[in-house]
Amino acid sequence: MSVFPYLVAVWVFLVGCYGLVTSRNLIHAVGCLAVCQSSTYVLLLAVGYRDGATAPVFSDLKPGSRPVVDPVVQALALTDVVVGATVTAVLLALVLQISKLHGTVDPDELSELRG
Amino acid sequence: MTRRTRLFVAALGGTGLAVLLVAACFCLPRFGGAQHPYGDRVVRASLARHTANTIASVNFDQRAFDTLGEMSILFASVLGTVVLLRQTRDEHRAAPEPEQVAVPVRRFALLVLPVAVVTGLYVIAHGQLSPGGGFQGGVVLATALHLLYLGVDYRALERIRPVGFYEIADALAASAYLVLGLAGLVAGTAFLANFLPYGTFNTLSSGGTVPLLNAAIGMEVACAVVVLLARFLDQAVEIEKGGEK
Amino acid sequence: MDDPLIVVALVLVAVSATAAVAVRDPARQALVLAVLGTVLAVLFTVLQAPDVALSQLAVGSALTPLLIMLSVRKVRRPQRKKEADR
Repeated sequence: MSVFPYLVAVWVFLVGCYGLVTSRNLIHAVGCLAVCQSSTYVLLLAVGYRDGATAPVFSDLKPGSRPVVDPVVQALALTDVVVGATVTAVLLALVLQISKLHGTVDPDELSELRG
Repeated sequence: MTRRTRLFVAALGGTGLAVLLVAACFCLPRFGGAQHPYGDRVVRASLARHTANTIASVNFDQRAFDTLGEMSILFASVLGTVVLLRQTRDEHRAAPEPEQVAVPVRRFALLVLPVAVVTGLYVIAHGQLSPGGGFQGGVVLATALHLLYLGVDYRALERIRPVGFYEIADALAASAYLVLGLAGLVAGTAFLANFLPYGTFNTLSSGGTVPLLNAAIGMEVACAVVVLLARFLDQAVEIEKGGEK
Repeated sequence: MDDPLIVVALVLVAVSATAAVAVRDPARQALVLAVLGTVLAVLFTVLQAPDVALSQLAVGSALTPLLIMLSVRKVRRPQRKKEADR
């Protein structure tokens, strides 16, 4: 049972990959990529968790009175959540360009266009 | 490659990846285990530098150079979106028609707007003390402004949101982070080192350079999100295909 | 691993992630992604990561779905116009 959170992260990642491969709409594919991305946060935070610990914020906690969870992985996940969203924006901008140039957002139709 | 062969290859690769990942899961440290060597060291260092929120200390002090990289990605992606979504020669702007908003929606949006803006500013300002900081507060602040689009209409939003101003502010915030890093060199320590006095633990001015870098990131993220959403809103609402009418 | 809240949150994350992929219409997917973002924020809170939960709540439940919705609107508009011309 102690690997269940890791397995959830693996499941979310694989489901996202499946969506990416079978997607018929590039906007949907970008959404699937966002699902893949969220699996890394689940994995990171699961690795940093400690039983019976509290958040590593000492504004209302006496240092040393309780164990705290690992702050390093949280810092990694935190920056990536925001930066990942802006990268999603670039991908969506690319999709909009493709739709303007070719009039479709279906990857299969796009590869047919190229011949 | 036909669709079927592609799916077959993907299924083969996916199964292999799944087997490897599950095998790797069983080799990871136990979930909830007590072994966190880096975490313990980071907490000690953060307390020594008088920063109550350990995560802010990691982001803006102990791993500030890493955050510089993240900020560069953010800046580059804003730049990319602005270039990709510019108005091309065969497009024109059509002024969106003012739309009637239901009165309860309008009242609610206008009521929540100031609360959300203040919340965003609070979250940025208290980043070194309580959960929050530049990354989260910036997003809250930027999305809060767009309540105006929900509550009134697009033209009202455009009036309080001169995109050029936010683009300049974005660049200024990015350079402010760099200048703060270089100030460390001038002060005789290292790039992005915490060279200011640490202050009293658990007050707004504690943590040396942490609140300053945090504020720079807050401004950067807020402006970046405003510019990104502005480009997408322009595309979705205003810019239409076809030459000037 | 004795906290039932964590197990419930993990199951919810797995279910909503699957739903986000299974829903093929991007406009509806944006709504499911908003749900996924909220559920992830709950999971991060019970995993004692309030900082990450806060940013996930702001980004996952508002920003990403909004960007997807706007893209959908832009992509669909010219098609609607073409139909109207016919």
